[in-house]
Amino acid sequence: MTPPVLETHGLSIRFGGVEAVRDVNLCLAERELRCLIGPNGAGKSTLFKLLTGQLQPTAGRIVFRGQDITGHHTHAIARRGIGIKTQVPNLFDGLTVREHLWISARRTNPARRAREIADEILERIRLTGLADSAVGRLAHGQRQWVELGTVLAGNPLLILLDEPAAGMTHDEVARTAELVRDINQTHALIVVEHDMQFVRMIARTVTVMHQGAVLVEDTMARILTNRTVRDIYLGKHGGGA
Amino acid sequence: MSPGIVVTAILMIGVAVGTPLVVDQFELLQLTVFASMCILALSLGVVWGYGGILCFGQSAFFGLGGYTYAVTAVNRGESTLAIGLGIVVPALFAALLGYFMFYGRLSDVYLGVITLSVTLIFFNLVNSTAGDAYRIGSARLNGFNGMPSLPTFNVPGDPGRLLDPTETFYLVMALLLIVYGGLHLLLASHFGRVVVAVRENETRCELLGYDVRQVKLSIFTIGGGIAGLAGCLFANWGAFVSPTMFSLSMTSQIIIWVIVGGLGTLVGPIIGCLIMQYLATALGTQQLANTNLIFGVIFLAFVLLVPRGIVPSLGVLRARWLRARSSRPAA
Repeated sequence: MTPPVLETHGLSIRFGGVEAVRDVNLCLAERELRCLIGPNGAGKSTLFKLLTGQLQPTAGRIVFRGQDITGHHTHAIARRGIGIKTQVPNLFDGLTVREHLWISARRTNPARRAREIADEILERIRLTGLADSAVGRLAHGQRQWVELGTVLAGNPLLILLDEPAAGMTHDEVARTAELVRDINQTHALIVVEHDMQFVRMIARTVTVMHQGAVLVEDTMARILTNRTVRDIYLGKHGGGA
Repeated sequence: MSPGIVVTAILMIGVAVGTPLVVDQFELLQLTVFASMCILALSLGVVWGYGGILCFGQSAFFGLGGYTYAVTAVNRGESTLAIGLGIVVPALFAALLGYFMFYGRLSDVYLGVITLSVTLIFFNLVNSTAGDAYRIGSARLNGFNGMPSLPTFNVPGDPGRLLDPTETFYLVMALLLIVYGGLHLLLASHFGRVVVAVRENETRCELLGYDVRQVKLSIFTIGGGIAGLAGCLFANWGAFVSPTMFSLSMTSQIIIWVIVGGLGTLVGPIIGCLIMQYLATALGTQQLANTNLIFGVIFLAFVLLVPRGIVPSLGVLRARWLRARSSRPAA
C-alpha cells in the first residue's frame, strides 16, 4: 500500500491564549478529494498556513509522503509538491495571466515546455482570450481561476484550495466544481469552502472543523444529517440542508 | 526585444559614435561623467524599480567601487585589475549586507534605514582617515581631502598606454550600452521574470517554490557590482576620489534620478539622470538660487505630481491617446 499523501499528528498552533488549531490529526490518501468545512474562525485557513509553512506549529508534526516537513521553509515545502490557492488570491497584479502560468511552470521545466504548459492551462481555465491582460484588471472570479491555474502549472502533488468558489456567480461555481473534479483525476486535493452548493457538487469525504479542532469526519451524506454539525454550521447557513 | 529597447540602443550607439565628432573636449568630458552616472542610475533602477528593494544607500557601492579602484590602481600602477576589483568588492559587500537584510527578513522600511546608515558610516569612516597612519599599501586615503592624481585607465597589459578622453568616452558609452542591454537580457530571462514576480508578490513566489531571499540577494548583489563599476568610471574621470561619493547628497541624487525618470523602466533612470545632471551643471553657473534647493523642489514636485516618473507617465499618455483615437470612429 502506498503511504498517505499527507498526515498530521497532533498539529496545534497557539496565538497567545487562543489555540487556533488544536490537536488536528488528518490523513489524506493518494488522489483523495477532501472537503474541509466549518464556521468562520474554525481554523481552516490557519491549518492551511501550517501545512504550507507560512506559520510554524507550536506542537505536532506534518508528514508529506512519508517525509517530515514540520518547520520547513514555505518555498521548500512548495518544492516538495504542495500547492495552495490562498483565501485572498495572492497574485502578481502587474503581470499577465500567461506570465503567472509561465513563472509557475518554469521552475521545473525548460522554457519551451513552460510555454506549452501555460497554453494548456489557459485552455483549461478558459482564459485564453485574456492571456495577455494584466491580472490586476480582472474580475474576482477570473482572479480565482488565474490563481488556480498558476498552482496547476507548477504541477504539485497535493493541492490546497482555500475558498475557490468565493465571489463567483452560479455558473462560475459550477465551472469551478467541474475543474476541481477534473484536477482530482490526477491530484490529491483539500478544499476549504463555505458554499454548500459547491461542496455538494464535489465532496465525498468531509472534515468538519470547529474552534480549531476536528469535530467530525464522514461522508457528505452523513455530515448533512449530523445534528451537531447542523447546529454549529449548517443551521446558520440554511442552505437547504 | 521590444522596439523601444532597440531604438534606445541605436540612439546610444549614435551618440557614442557621433558626439566626439561635433563637441569640444570640455563637453566630451562632461558627457563622459554623465554617461558614468547613467550606469549608477541603472544600478538603482534595477534594484529598486524591478527588485522592489528600497535601497537608500546605493552610493555605498559607488564609493566603495571608486575607492577600491583608487587603492588598487595606486598600488599596482595599472588599471585593469583595479577595475575588476572595483566591481567585485562592492558586489561582495552588497552580498554580505544583503545576506543579513534578506535572510534576516527585514521589512522595506528597515532596509531603507540600514542602507542609508551604511553609506553614511562609510562617509564618516573615510572622512576620518586623514594622516599617514591611514594607508593601504602605498595608497594614502587622505580623509576628507580625498585621493588625487590617481592613475587613469590604460590599455590592458600596457600600463604606459593611457586612454585619451575620446577613447575613454567610447569606453564609457560601450559600458553603458552593455549594462543597459545586459540588464534587459537579464530581466527577460527566467531569473529576471522571477525578480519582478517577487516585487509583485513575495508570498506567491514562496508558495510556488521560489526562494525569495535568494532572488533578492542576487539582484541586490548585481546592483552593487554595477554601482561599483560606475564608481570606477567616476574615479577615472577626475583621477580623484573623495568621501563625498558616500555622502547623503550623492545617495539622494541617485534616488531623484530614478524617481524623475520613472521606476520600473531602465531607460527612465538614464533619462532622469541626464536631465538632472544637465540641470545641475546649468544651475551651477548661476548665482540666483541654491542648486540643492531647486533639486528638492523638483523632487517634491515629481513625488506629488508625477509619482510614476517621466517614462511610465509618457507610456500612460500614449495609451490614452491610442484609445481615444481608436474609439473616435465608433463615436
